[in-house]
Amino acid sequence: MRSHFPAAALLLAKPPARQDKQPVPRVPSSSPARPGGSFCKGWTLLVLVFLYAPIAVLVAGSFNASRFGNAWEGFTLRWYGELARNQPLLDAAWNSLVIAAVTTVLSVALGTLAAWLLHRHRFPGASWLALAAASSLVTPEIIMGVSLLVLFAAFAVPLGFTTVIIAHTTFCFPFVMVAVQARLAGMDASLEEAALDLGATPAQAFRLVIAPCLMPAIVSGALMAFTLSLDELVVTYFTAGPDAQTLPVKILGLARVGLNPVLNAVSTVFIVTIAALVVLGEMLKRWRAVSP
Amino acid sequence: MIFPWTSADDSSRKHPTSPRAWLLLAPLLGWLALFVVAPTLILLAVSFCQRDELGRIVWSFTTENYARLFDATYWNIFVRSVGYAALTTLLCLVGGYPVAWFIARQTEPARSRWLLLVMIPFWASFLVRTFAWITILKSEGLLNGLLQSLRLISVPAELLYTPGAVVVGLVYTYLPFAILPIYASVEKMDRQLLEAAADLGAHPFATFRKVILPLTRPGIMAAVLLVFVPAVGMFAISDLLGGARVPLIGNVIENQFLQARNWPFGAALGMVLLALFALTAWLGFGRKRGAVAS
Repeated sequence: MRSHFPAAALLLAKPPARQDKQPVPRVPSSSPARPGGSFCKGWTLLVLVFLYAPIAVLVAGSFNASRFGNAWEGFTLRWYGELARNQPLLDAAWNSLVIAAVTTVLSVALGTLAAWLLHRHRFPGASWLALAAASSLVTPEIIMGVSLLVLFAAFAVPLGFTTVIIAHTTFCFPFVMVAVQARLAGMDASLEEAALDLGATPAQAFRLVIAPCLMPAIVSGALMAFTLSLDELVVTYFTAGPDAQTLPVKILGLARVGLNPVLNAVSTVFIVTIAALVVLGEMLKRWRAVSP
Repeated sequence: MIFPWTSADDSSRKHPTSPRAWLLLAPLLGWLALFVVAPTLILLAVSFCQRDELGRIVWSFTTENYARLFDATYWNIFVRSVGYAALTTLLCLVGGYPVAWFIARQTEPARSRWLLLVMIPFWASFLVRTFAWITILKSEGLLNGLLQSLRLISVPAELLYTPGAVVVGLVYTYLPFAILPIYASVEKMDRQLLEAAADLGAHPFATFRKVILPLTRPGIMAAVLLVFVPAVGMFAISDLLGGARVPLIGNVIENQFLQARNWPFGAALGMVLLALFALTAWLGFGRKRGAVAS
Protein backbone atom coordinates (compact mmCIF):
# COMPACT_ATOMS: atom_id res chain seq x y z
CA MET A 1 0.00 0.00 0.00
CA ARG A 2 3.00 2.11 0.26
CA SER A 3 3.72 3.52 -3.12
CA HIS A 4 6.77 2.48 -5.03
CA PHE A 5 8.05 5.95 -4.21
CA PRO A 6 9.79 5.11 -0.95
CA ALA A 7 11.85 2.61 -2.81
CA ALA A 8 12.83 5.34 -5.23
CA ALA A 9 13.87 7.34 -2.17
CA LEU A 10 16.06 4.45 -1.10
CA LEU A 11 17.74 4.44 -4.47
CA LEU A 12 18.40 8.16 -4.19
CA ALA A 13 19.74 7.64 -0.70
CA LYS A 14 22.02 4.87 -1.84
CA PRO A 15 23.30 5.58 -5.33
CA PRO A 16 24.81 2.62 -7.19
CA ALA A 17 27.96 1.44 -5.45
CA ARG A 18 31.03 3.32 -6.52
CA GLN A 19 34.28 1.45 -6.52
CA ASP A 20 36.44 4.45 -5.79
CA LYS A 21 34.69 5.35 -2.58
CA GLN A 22 37.15 6.79 -0.09
CA PRO A 23 36.42 6.54 3.62
CA VAL A 24 35.05 9.89 4.76
CA PRO A 25 37.22 11.37 7.50
CA ARG A 26 35.17 11.52 10.66
CA VAL A 27 35.24 14.29 13.16
CA PRO A 28 35.95 12.77 16.57
CA SER A 29 32.88 12.79 18.79
CA SER A 30 34.55 15.20 21.21
CA SER A 31 35.09 17.74 18.45
CA PRO A 32 33.67 21.21 19.07
CA ALA A 33 32.34 21.24 15.48
CA ARG A 34 29.22 19.35 16.53
CA PRO A 35 26.63 22.05 16.90
CA GLY A 36 23.30 21.11 18.42
CA GLY A 37 24.19 17.47 19.01
CA SER A 38 21.85 16.90 21.92
CA PHE A 39 19.03 18.84 20.27
CA CYS A 40 19.30 16.62 17.20
CA LYS A 41 19.26 13.50 19.33
CA GLY A 42 16.18 14.61 21.25
CA TRP A 43 14.44 15.60 18.03
CA THR A 44 15.28 12.25 16.43
CA LEU A 45 13.79 10.41 19.39
CA LEU A 46 10.62 12.55 19.14
CA VAL A 47 10.34 11.82 15.43
CA LEU A 48 10.72 8.11 16.09
CA VAL A 49 7.91 8.28 18.66
CA PHE A 50 5.79 10.07 16.04
CA LEU A 51 6.62 7.33 13.51
CA TYR A 52 6.06 4.37 15.80
CA ALA A 53 3.14 5.46 18.01
CA PRO A 54 0.42 4.80 15.41
CA ILE A 55 1.89 1.39 14.64
CA ALA A 56 1.91 0.56 18.35
CA VAL A 57 -1.72 1.70 18.63
CA LEU A 58 -2.62 -0.50 15.70
CA VAL A 59 -0.90 -3.61 17.04
CA ALA A 60 -2.33 -3.04 20.53
CA GLY A 61 -5.79 -2.58 19.02
CA SER A 62 -5.57 -5.94 17.29
CA PHE A 63 -5.29 -7.65 20.71
CA ASN A 64 -7.80 -5.40 22.48
CA ALA A 65 -11.11 -6.99 23.45
CA SER A 66 -12.86 -3.62 23.03
CA ARG A 67 -14.54 -3.29 19.66
CA PHE A 68 -13.96 0.44 19.42
CA GLY A 69 -10.49 0.51 20.85
CA ASN A 70 -11.10 3.47 23.18
CA ALA A 71 -9.92 1.70 26.30
CA TRP A 72 -8.08 -1.48 27.06
CA GLU A 73 -10.65 -4.16 27.90
CA GLY A 74 -8.38 -7.17 28.06
CA PHE A 75 -6.33 -9.35 25.75
CA THR A 76 -8.05 -11.31 23.00
CA LEU A 77 -7.21 -13.21 19.84
CA ARG A 78 -10.81 -12.89 18.70
CA TRP A 79 -10.04 -10.51 15.80
CA TYR A 80 -7.44 -12.89 14.43
CA GLY A 81 -10.04 -15.66 14.64
CA GLU A 82 -12.51 -13.49 12.72
CA LEU A 83 -9.80 -12.70 10.19
CA ALA A 84 -9.17 -16.42 9.65
CA ARG A 85 -12.87 -16.86 8.82
CA ASN A 86 -13.17 -13.74 6.67
CA GLN A 87 -13.20 -15.27 3.20
CA PRO A 88 -13.13 -12.03 1.14
CA LEU A 89 -10.00 -10.84 2.97
CA LEU A 90 -8.31 -14.22 2.61
CA ASP A 91 -9.16 -14.27 -1.10
CA ALA A 92 -7.68 -10.80 -1.47
CA ALA A 93 -4.53 -11.89 0.35
CA TRP A 94 -4.21 -14.88 -1.98
CA ASN A 95 -4.67 -12.59 -5.01
CA SER A 96 -1.92 -10.35 -3.67
CA LEU A 97 0.47 -13.27 -3.29
CA VAL A 98 -0.22 -14.65 -6.77
CA ILE A 99 0.19 -11.22 -8.37
CA ALA A 100 3.38 -10.50 -6.42
CA ALA A 101 4.89 -13.87 -7.38
CA VAL A 102 4.21 -13.51 -11.12
CA THR A 103 5.31 -9.86 -11.05
CA THR A 104 8.59 -10.87 -9.39
CA VAL A 105 9.36 -13.51 -12.03
CA LEU A 106 8.60 -11.12 -14.90
CA SER A 107 10.51 -8.25 -13.29
CA VAL A 108 13.59 -10.38 -12.71
CA ALA A 109 13.59 -11.60 -16.32
CA LEU A 110 13.01 -8.16 -17.82
CA GLY A 111 15.21 -6.23 -15.38
CA THR A 112 18.21 -8.55 -15.52
CA LEU A 113 18.10 -8.80 -19.31
CA ALA A 114 17.81 -5.03 -19.64
CA ALA A 115 20.69 -4.34 -17.25
CA TRP A 116 22.94 -6.88 -18.95
CA LEU A 117 22.22 -5.69 -22.49
CA LEU A 118 22.68 -2.05 -21.59
CA HIS A 119 25.91 -2.92 -19.81
CA ARG A 120 27.41 -5.07 -22.53
CA HIS A 121 26.30 -3.43 -25.77
CA ARG A 122 26.48 0.08 -27.07
CA PHE A 123 22.93 0.84 -28.22
CA PRO A 124 22.15 4.07 -29.98
CA GLY A 125 19.83 6.00 -27.68
CA ALA A 126 20.60 3.79 -24.68
CA SER A 127 20.37 6.74 -22.32
CA TRP A 128 16.82 7.44 -23.52
CA LEU A 129 15.97 3.87 -22.77
CA ALA A 130 17.40 4.13 -19.28
CA LEU A 131 15.51 7.39 -18.83
CA ALA A 132 12.21 5.75 -19.83
CA ALA A 133 12.81 2.96 -17.31
CA ALA A 134 13.76 5.47 -14.62
CA SER A 135 10.71 7.60 -15.35
CA SER A 136 8.45 4.66 -14.65
CA LEU A 137 10.16 4.47 -11.25
CA VAL A 138 9.13 7.96 -10.28
CA THR A 139 5.92 8.76 -12.16
CA PRO A 140 3.26 9.64 -9.59
CA GLU A 141 1.33 6.44 -9.12
CA ILE A 142 -2.04 8.04 -9.76
CA ILE A 143 -0.82 9.07 -13.23
CA MET A 144 0.51 5.58 -13.88
CA GLY A 145 -2.77 4.12 -12.67
CA VAL A 146 -5.08 6.23 -14.83
CA SER A 147 -2.85 6.11 -17.91
CA LEU A 148 -2.74 2.30 -17.80
CA LEU A 149 -6.50 2.25 -17.22
CA VAL A 150 -6.97 4.39 -20.33
CA LEU A 151 -4.61 2.15 -22.30
CA PHE A 152 -6.46 -1.02 -21.32
CA ALA A 153 -9.79 0.63 -22.11
CA ALA A 154 -8.53 1.81 -25.50
CA PHE A 155 -7.68 -1.76 -26.47
CA ALA A 156 -10.75 -3.18 -24.69
CA VAL A 157 -8.63 -5.35 -22.40
CA PRO A 158 -10.81 -6.52 -19.49
CA LEU A 159 -9.36 -5.58 -16.10
CA GLY A 160 -8.14 -8.49 -14.02
CA PHE A 161 -5.02 -10.38 -12.98
CA THR A 162 -3.26 -9.79 -16.30
CA THR A 163 -3.69 -6.03 -16.18
CA VAL A 164 -2.56 -5.78 -12.54
CA ILE A 165 0.49 -7.93 -13.26
CA ILE A 166 1.39 -5.78 -16.27
CA ALA A 167 1.03 -2.63 -14.18
CA HIS A 168 3.09 -3.99 -11.29
CA THR A 169 5.83 -5.30 -13.55
CA THR A 170 6.06 -1.89 -15.19
CA PHE A 171 7.11 -0.19 -11.94
CA CYS A 172 8.91 -3.20 -10.39
CA PHE A 173 11.35 -4.24 -13.13
CA PRO A 174 13.34 -0.97 -13.03
CA PHE A 175 14.20 -1.77 -9.41
CA VAL A 176 15.68 -5.13 -10.43
CA MET A 177 17.42 -3.40 -13.32
CA VAL A 178 19.01 -0.79 -11.07
CA ALA A 179 20.13 -3.40 -8.53
CA VAL A 180 21.72 -5.53 -11.27
CA GLN A 181 23.30 -2.48 -12.95
CA ALA A 182 24.97 -1.54 -9.67
CA ARG A 183 26.40 -5.03 -9.37
CA LEU A 184 27.54 -5.08 -13.01
CA ALA A 185 29.31 -1.75 -12.57
CA GLY A 186 31.48 -3.31 -9.88
CA MET A 187 32.17 -6.51 -11.79
CA ASP A 188 35.47 -7.31 -13.47
CA ALA A 189 34.83 -7.30 -17.23
CA SER A 190 37.74 -9.68 -17.82
CA LEU A 191 35.69 -12.48 -16.23
CA GLU A 192 33.50 -12.67 -19.30
CA GLU A 193 36.44 -12.21 -21.65
CA ALA A 194 38.24 -15.10 -19.96
CA ALA A 195 35.19 -17.32 -20.37
CA LEU A 196 34.95 -16.41 -24.05
CA ASP A 197 38.69 -16.96 -24.59
CA LEU A 198 38.36 -20.40 -23.03
CA GLY A 199 35.76 -21.28 -25.64
CA ALA A 200 32.42 -20.55 -23.99
CA THR A 201 29.63 -19.19 -26.18
CA PRO A 202 28.22 -15.81 -25.06
CA ALA A 203 25.11 -17.61 -23.77
CA GLN A 204 27.24 -20.07 -21.79
CA ALA A 205 29.39 -17.27 -20.44
CA PHE A 206 26.26 -15.49 -19.24
CA ARG A 207 24.73 -18.59 -17.68
CA LEU A 208 27.88 -20.05 -16.08
CA VAL A 209 29.90 -16.95 -15.19
CA ILE A 210 27.86 -13.76 -15.21
CA ALA A 211 24.56 -14.96 -13.76
CA PRO A 212 26.14 -16.51 -10.63
CA CYS A 213 28.03 -13.24 -10.04
CA LEU A 214 24.81 -11.27 -10.33
CA MET A 215 22.82 -13.59 -8.09
CA PRO A 216 22.92 -11.48 -4.90
CA ALA A 217 21.69 -8.42 -6.83
CA ILE A 218 19.01 -10.47 -8.56
CA VAL A 219 17.79 -11.88 -5.26
CA SER A 220 17.63 -8.51 -3.52
CA GLY A 221 15.95 -6.97 -6.60
CA ALA A 222 13.43 -9.82 -6.60
CA LEU A 223 12.71 -9.29 -2.93
CA MET A 224 12.13 -5.61 -3.54
CA ALA A 225 9.82 -6.31 -6.47
CA PHE A 226 7.85 -8.81 -4.38
CA THR A 227 7.47 -6.38 -1.45
CA LEU A 228 6.52 -3.47 -3.71
CA SER A 229 3.92 -5.49 -5.57
CA LEU A 230 2.44 -6.92 -2.38
CA ASP A 231 2.10 -3.46 -0.92
CA GLU A 232 0.94 -1.33 -3.85
CA LEU A 233 -2.40 0.43 -3.62
CA VAL A 234 -3.00 3.21 -6.11
CA VAL A 235 -1.95 1.64 -9.42
CA THR A 236 -3.72 -1.58 -8.42
CA TYR A 237 -6.84 0.37 -7.49
CA PHE A 238 -7.19 1.61 -11.07
CA THR A 239 -6.17 -1.56 -12.90
CA ALA A 240 -7.62 -4.41 -10.83
CA GLY A 241 -11.29 -4.58 -11.73
CA PRO A 242 -13.59 -6.55 -9.42
CA ASP A 243 -11.92 -9.96 -9.83
CA ALA A 244 -8.33 -9.20 -8.95
CA GLN A 245 -8.78 -7.12 -5.79
CA THR A 246 -5.59 -7.23 -3.76
CA LEU A 247 -5.33 -6.96 0.01
CA PRO A 248 -4.47 -3.22 0.01
CA VAL A 249 -7.43 -2.41 -2.26
CA LYS A 250 -9.71 -4.46 -0.01
CA ILE A 251 -8.37 -2.78 3.13
CA LEU A 252 -8.99 0.67 1.63
CA GLY A 253 -12.57 -0.34 0.88
CA LEU A 254 -13.13 -1.56 4.43
CA ALA A 255 -11.37 1.40 6.04
CA ARG A 256 -13.63 3.77 4.11
CA VAL A 257 -16.70 2.12 5.59
CA GLY A 258 -15.46 2.44 9.15
CA LEU A 259 -13.24 1.12 11.86
CA ASN A 260 -13.18 -2.58 12.40
CA PRO A 261 -10.84 -4.48 14.73
CA VAL A 262 -10.36 -7.16 12.07
CA LEU A 263 -8.59 -4.44 10.07
CA ASN A 264 -6.17 -3.99 12.97
CA ALA A 265 -5.49 -7.72 12.90
CA VAL A 266 -4.96 -7.89 9.13
CA SER A 267 -2.76 -4.78 9.30
CA THR A 268 -0.62 -6.33 12.03
CA VAL A 269 -0.15 -9.49 9.97
CA PHE A 270 0.72 -7.32 6.98
CA ILE A 271 3.26 -5.21 8.88
CA VAL A 272 4.92 -8.31 10.32
CA THR A 273 5.13 -9.91 6.85
CA ILE A 274 6.64 -6.83 5.21
CA ALA A 275 9.03 -6.26 8.14
CA ALA A 276 10.17 -9.89 7.86
CA LEU A 277 10.84 -9.42 4.13
CA VAL A 278 12.80 -6.21 4.80
CA VAL A 279 14.88 -7.82 7.53
CA LEU A 280 15.52 -10.76 5.20
CA GLY A 281 16.70 -8.29 2.55
CA GLU A 282 19.04 -6.58 5.04
CA MET A 283 20.47 -9.95 6.05
CA LEU A 284 21.04 -10.78 2.40
CA LYS A 285 22.90 -7.51 1.96
CA ARG A 286 25.17 -8.32 4.90
CA TRP A 287 25.73 -11.80 3.54
CA ARG A 288 26.64 -10.26 0.21
CA ALA A 289 29.01 -7.88 1.94
CA VAL A 290 30.95 -10.68 3.64
CA SER A 291 30.93 -13.16 0.77
CA PRO A 292 33.56 -12.42 -1.90
CA MET B 1 20.29 12.97 -16.81
CA ILE B 2 17.76 13.36 -14.10
CA PHE B 3 18.78 10.48 -11.89
CA PRO B 4 22.16 9.09 -11.04
CA TRP B 5 21.39 5.64 -12.37
CA THR B 6 20.46 6.94 -15.81
CA SER B 7 24.00 7.96 -16.57
CA ALA B 8 25.36 5.53 -19.12
CA ASP B 9 28.98 4.57 -18.60
CA ASP B 10 30.78 4.61 -21.90
CA SER B 11 33.40 2.01 -21.24
CA SER B 12 35.55 1.05 -24.18
CA ARG B 13 34.83 -2.60 -23.47
CA LYS B 14 31.27 -2.38 -24.73
CA HIS B 15 30.39 -4.50 -27.69
CA PRO B 16 28.80 -3.05 -30.79
CA THR B 17 25.16 -3.92 -31.28
CA SER B 18 24.41 -7.10 -33.16
CA PRO B 19 21.05 -8.19 -34.59
CA ARG B 20 21.02 -10.75 -31.80
CA ALA B 21 21.39 -8.04 -29.14
CA TRP B 22 18.54 -6.08 -30.69
CA LEU B 23 16.42 -9.22 -30.63
CA LEU B 24 17.13 -9.68 -26.93
CA LEU B 25 16.41 -6.02 -26.28
CA ALA B 26 13.05 -6.23 -28.07
CA PRO B 27 11.02 -7.34 -25.02
CA LEU B 28 12.31 -4.37 -23.01
CA LEU B 29 11.71 -1.91 -25.85
CA GLY B 30 8.26 -3.35 -26.40
CA TRP B 31 7.39 -3.18 -22.72
CA LEU B 32 8.51 0.41 -22.34
CA ALA B 33 6.80 1.51 -25.55
CA LEU B 34 3.56 -0.30 -24.75
CA PHE B 35 3.21 0.33 -21.03
CA VAL B 36 5.16 3.52 -20.35
CA VAL B 37 5.16 5.66 -23.49
CA ALA B 38 1.85 4.65 -25.11
CA PRO B 39 -0.33 5.12 -21.98
CA THR B 40 1.03 8.63 -21.45
CA LEU B 41 0.39 9.55 -25.09
CA ILE B 42 -3.13 8.09 -24.98
CA LEU B 43 -3.81 10.00 -21.74
CA LEU B 44 -2.64 13.16 -23.48
CA ALA B 45 -4.92 12.43 -26.46
CA VAL B 46 -7.91 11.67 -24.24
CA SER B 47 -7.41 14.93 -22.37
CA PHE B 48 -8.28 16.78 -25.60
CA CYS B 49 -11.37 14.65 -26.28
CA GLN B 50 -15.02 15.03 -25.41
CA ARG B 51 -17.43 12.53 -23.93
CA ASP B 52 -21.04 11.64 -24.62
CA GLU B 53 -23.87 11.29 -22.07
CA LEU B 54 -22.91 7.70 -21.30
CA GLY B 55 -19.37 8.70 -20.44
CA ARG B 56 -17.88 7.23 -23.61
CA ILE B 57 -14.98 9.07 -25.15
CA VAL B 58 -15.78 11.01 -28.32
CA TRP B 59 -12.65 11.58 -30.39
CA SER B 60 -13.17 15.18 -31.32
CA PHE B 61 -10.72 17.88 -30.38
CA THR B 62 -11.48 20.31 -27.59
CA THR B 63 -9.49 22.31 -25.06
CA GLU B 64 -12.56 22.59 -22.84
CA ASN B 65 -11.16 20.10 -20.31
CA TYR B 66 -8.20 22.33 -19.64
CA ALA B 67 -10.40 25.43 -19.55
CA ARG B 68 -12.57 23.76 -16.90
CA LEU B 69 -9.55 23.64 -14.64
CA PHE B 70 -10.02 27.35 -14.09
CA ASP B 71 -13.55 26.86 -12.71
CA ALA B 72 -13.53 28.19 -9.17
CA THR B 73 -14.29 24.73 -7.72
CA TYR B 74 -11.45 22.90 -9.41
CA TRP B 75 -9.03 25.77 -9.26
CA ASN B 76 -9.53 25.96 -5.48
CA ILE B 77 -8.98 22.23 -5.10
CA PHE B 78 -5.89 22.47 -7.24
CA VAL B 79 -4.48 25.37 -5.26
CA ARG B 80 -5.32 23.57 -2.02
CA SER B 81 -3.56 20.39 -3.17
CA VAL B 82 -0.44 22.30 -4.11
CA GLY B 83 -0.65 24.24 -0.84
CA TYR B 84 -1.03 21.12 1.30
CA ALA B 85 1.77 19.40 -0.57
CA ALA B 86 4.01 22.45 -0.15
CA LEU B 87 3.22 22.68 3.58
CA THR B 88 3.85 18.93 3.93
CA THR B 89 7.16 19.28 2.12
CA LEU B 90 8.22 22.17 4.34
CA LEU B 91 7.28 20.32 7.53
CA CYS B 92 9.05 17.18 6.32
CA LEU B 93 12.23 19.14 5.54
CA VAL B 94 12.22 20.99 8.86
CA GLY B 95 11.32 17.87 10.82
CA GLY B 96 13.55 15.53 8.86
CA TYR B 97 16.75 17.55 8.58
CA PRO B 98 17.84 17.25 12.24
CA VAL B 99 17.11 13.51 12.13
CA ALA B 100 19.14 13.03 8.97
CA TRP B 101 21.92 15.16 10.46
CA PHE B 102 21.96 13.20 13.72
CA ILE B 103 22.03 9.80 12.00
CA ALA B 104 24.71 10.78 9.50
CA ARG B 105 27.01 11.89 12.33
CA GLN B 106 26.87 8.58 14.16
CA THR B 107 29.66 6.09 13.76
CA GLU B 108 29.06 2.94 11.81
CA PRO B 109 27.21 0.26 13.78
CA ALA B 110 24.95 2.80 15.50
CA ARG B 111 24.27 4.57 12.22
CA SER B 112 22.89 1.45 10.54
CA ARG B 113 20.67 0.78 13.52
CA TRP B 114 19.21 4.30 13.55
CA LEU B 115 18.68 4.16 9.80
CA LEU B 116 16.86 0.84 10.08
CA LEU B 117 14.65 2.35 12.81
CA VAL B 118 13.60 5.13 10.44
CA MET B 119 13.10 2.70 7.57
CA ILE B 120 10.92 0.10 9.24
CA PRO B 121 7.76 2.22 9.52
CA PHE B 122 8.49 3.50 6.02
CA TRP B 123 8.16 -0.05 4.76
CA ALA B 124 4.97 -0.67 6.71
CA SER B 125 2.14 0.22 4.37
CA PHE B 126 1.06 3.82 4.42
CA LEU B 127 -2.59 2.84 4.24
CA VAL B 128 -2.30 0.72 7.36
CA ARG B 129 -0.50 3.54 9.16
CA THR B 130 -3.02 6.14 8.00
CA PHE B 131 -5.71 3.87 9.28
CA ALA B 132 -4.03 3.92 12.71
CA TRP B 133 -4.36 7.72 12.77
CA ILE B 134 -8.14 7.39 12.59
CA THR B 135 -8.05 5.52 15.91
CA ILE B 136 -5.93 8.26 17.39
CA LEU B 137 -7.78 11.29 16.03
CA LYS B 138 -11.46 10.33 16.10
CA SER B 139 -13.67 12.22 18.57
CA GLU B 140 -13.73 9.38 21.11
CA GLY B 141 -10.18 8.44 20.15
CA LEU B 142 -6.92 8.26 22.06
CA LEU B 143 -5.74 11.85 21.64
CA ASN B 144 -9.07 13.31 22.77
CA GLY B 145 -9.12 10.87 25.69
CA LEU B 146 -5.62 11.96 26.67
CA LEU B 147 -6.42 15.66 26.41
CA GLN B 148 -9.61 15.21 28.42
CA SER B 149 -7.93 13.21 31.16
CA LEU B 150 -5.30 15.93 31.38
CA ARG B 151 -8.22 18.39 31.73
CA LEU B 152 -6.90 20.43 28.83
CA ILE B 153 -10.26 20.26 27.11
CA SER B 154 -13.74 19.43 28.41
CA VAL B 155 -15.57 18.43 25.22
CA PRO B 156 -13.90 16.25 22.56
CA ALA B 157 -12.21 18.44 19.99
CA GLU B 158 -12.91 17.78 16.36
CA LEU B 159 -9.62 16.43 15.07
CA LEU B 160 -10.51 13.91 12.39
CA TYR B 161 -11.85 15.09 9.02
CA THR B 162 -10.06 18.42 9.27
CA PRO B 163 -7.33 19.93 7.09
CA GLY B 164 -4.98 19.46 10.04
CA ALA B 165 -5.62 15.73 10.07
CA VAL B 166 -4.83 15.51 6.34
CA VAL B 167 -1.55 17.39 6.77
CA VAL B 168 -0.57 15.25 9.77
CA GLY B 169 -1.30 12.14 7.71
CA LEU B 170 0.73 13.45 4.77
CA VAL B 171 3.70 14.46 6.94
CA TYR B 172 3.57 11.14 8.75
CA THR B 173 3.62 9.21 5.47
CA TYR B 174 6.31 11.21 3.68
CA LEU B 175 8.70 12.13 6.51
CA PRO B 176 11.06 9.17 5.85
CA PHE B 177 11.18 10.17 2.17
CA ALA B 178 12.73 13.45 3.30
CA ILE B 179 15.08 11.93 5.87
CA LEU B 180 16.76 9.38 3.59
CA PRO B 181 18.02 11.58 0.73
CA ILE B 182 19.10 14.35 3.14
CA TYR B 183 20.93 11.72 5.19
CA ALA B 184 22.72 10.55 2.05
CA SER B 185 24.00 14.03 1.23
CA VAL B 186 24.98 14.87 4.83
CA GLU B 187 26.86 11.61 5.01
CA LYS B 188 28.84 12.46 1.87
CA MET B 189 29.79 15.92 3.14
CA ASP B 190 33.41 16.52 4.05
CA ARG B 191 33.49 17.13 7.81
CA GLN B 192 36.74 19.07 7.62
CA LEU B 193 34.84 21.90 5.97
CA LEU B 194 32.89 22.38 9.19
CA GLU B 195 36.08 22.51 11.20
CA ALA B 196 37.49 25.00 8.74
CA ALA B 197 34.39 27.18 9.09
CA ALA B 198 34.62 27.00 12.88
CA ASP B 199 38.35 27.73 12.84
CA LEU B 200 37.75 30.76 10.66
CA GLY B 201 35.36 32.05 13.27
CA ALA B 202 32.01 31.38 11.63
CA HIS B 203 28.99 31.39 13.90
CA PRO B 204 27.28 27.94 13.84
CA PHE B 205 24.26 29.54 12.19
CA ALA B 206 26.43 31.09 9.48
CA THR B 207 28.16 27.73 8.98
CA PHE B 208 24.78 26.12 8.50
CA ARG B 209 23.56 28.73 6.05
CA LYS B 210 26.75 29.21 4.05
CA VAL B 211 28.39 25.78 4.17
CA ILE B 212 26.05 23.00 5.19
CA LEU B 213 22.93 24.08 3.34
CA PRO B 214 24.61 24.53 -0.08
CA LEU B 215 26.50 21.24 0.31
CA THR B 216 23.38 19.25 1.14
CA ARG B 217 21.28 20.96 -1.53
CA PRO B 218 21.11 17.85 -3.76
CA GLY B 219 19.65 15.85 -0.87
CA ILE B 220 17.18 18.60 -0.07
CA MET B 221 16.06 18.80 -3.71
CA ALA B 222 15.64 15.02 -3.84
CA ALA B 223 13.60 15.22 -0.64
CA VAL B 224 11.41 17.96 -2.11
CA LEU B 225 10.79 15.87 -5.22
CA LEU B 226 10.05 12.71 -3.28
CA VAL B 227 7.66 14.39 -0.86
CA PHE B 228 5.99 17.01 -3.03
CA VAL B 229 5.20 14.88 -6.07
CA PRO B 230 3.37 12.00 -4.38
CA ALA B 231 1.76 14.36 -1.84
CA VAL B 232 0.10 16.39 -4.62
CA GLY B 233 -1.46 13.30 -6.19
CA MET B 234 -2.38 11.45 -3.02
CA PHE B 235 -6.03 10.54 -2.61
CA ALA B 236 -6.21 7.77 -0.02
CA ILE B 237 -5.00 9.91 2.90
CA SER B 238 -7.34 12.81 2.19
CA ASP B 239 -10.10 10.25 1.72
CA LEU B 240 -9.56 8.57 5.08
CA LEU B 241 -8.45 11.50 7.26
CA GLY B 242 -10.21 14.40 5.51
CA GLY B 243 -13.49 12.69 4.77
CA ALA B 244 -15.32 14.28 1.88
CA ARG B 245 -14.59 17.72 3.31
CA VAL B 246 -11.05 18.19 2.13
CA PRO B 247 -10.84 16.79 -1.42
CA LEU B 248 -7.48 17.06 -3.10
CA ILE B 249 -6.69 16.90 -6.80
CA GLY B 250 -6.05 13.14 -6.49
CA ASN B 251 -9.59 12.65 -5.17
CA VAL B 252 -10.99 14.59 -8.12
CA ILE B 253 -9.00 12.49 -10.62
CA GLU B 254 -10.10 9.29 -8.94
CA ASN B 255 -13.68 10.51 -8.96
CA GLN B 256 -13.61 11.52 -12.64
CA PHE B 257 -12.29 8.13 -13.67
CA LEU B 258 -14.23 5.79 -11.41
CA GLN B 259 -17.47 7.54 -10.43
CA ALA B 260 -18.28 10.54 -12.62
CA ARG B 261 -16.89 8.73 -15.67
CA ASN B 262 -15.60 11.90 -17.24
CA TRP B 263 -12.31 10.47 -18.46
CA PRO B 264 -11.29 13.40 -20.68
CA PHE B 265 -11.50 15.82 -17.76
CA GLY B 266 -9.73 13.34 -15.46
CA ALA B 267 -7.02 12.93 -18.11
CA ALA B 268 -6.58 16.71 -18.36
CA LEU B 269 -6.16 16.94 -14.58
CA GLY B 270 -3.66 14.08 -14.76
CA MET B 271 -1.66 15.80 -17.51
CA VAL B 272 -1.51 19.02 -15.47
CA LEU B 273 -0.25 17.02 -12.50
CA LEU B 274 2.34 15.34 -14.69
CA ALA B 275 3.47 18.74 -16.00
CA LEU B 276 3.76 19.98 -12.42
CA PHE B 277 5.84 16.91 -11.62
CA ALA B 278 8.12 17.42 -14.61
CA LEU B 279 8.55 21.07 -13.64
CA THR B 280 9.49 20.13 -10.06
CA ALA B 281 11.94 17.53 -11.31
CA TRP B 282 13.46 19.99 -13.77
CA LEU B 283 13.79 22.72 -11.17
CA GLY B 284 15.32 20.27 -8.74
CA PHE B 285 17.65 18.29 -10.96
CA GLY B 286 17.53 19.11 -14.62
CA ARG B 287 19.10 22.53 -14.33
CA LYS B 288 22.06 21.21 -12.41
CA ARG B 289 23.08 18.15 -14.32
CA GLY B 290 24.61 15.39 -12.27
CA ALA B 291 24.06 17.31 -9.05
CA VAL B 292 22.78 14.15 -7.39
CA ALA B 293 25.43 11.91 -8.83
CA SER B 294 28.25 14.06 -7.54
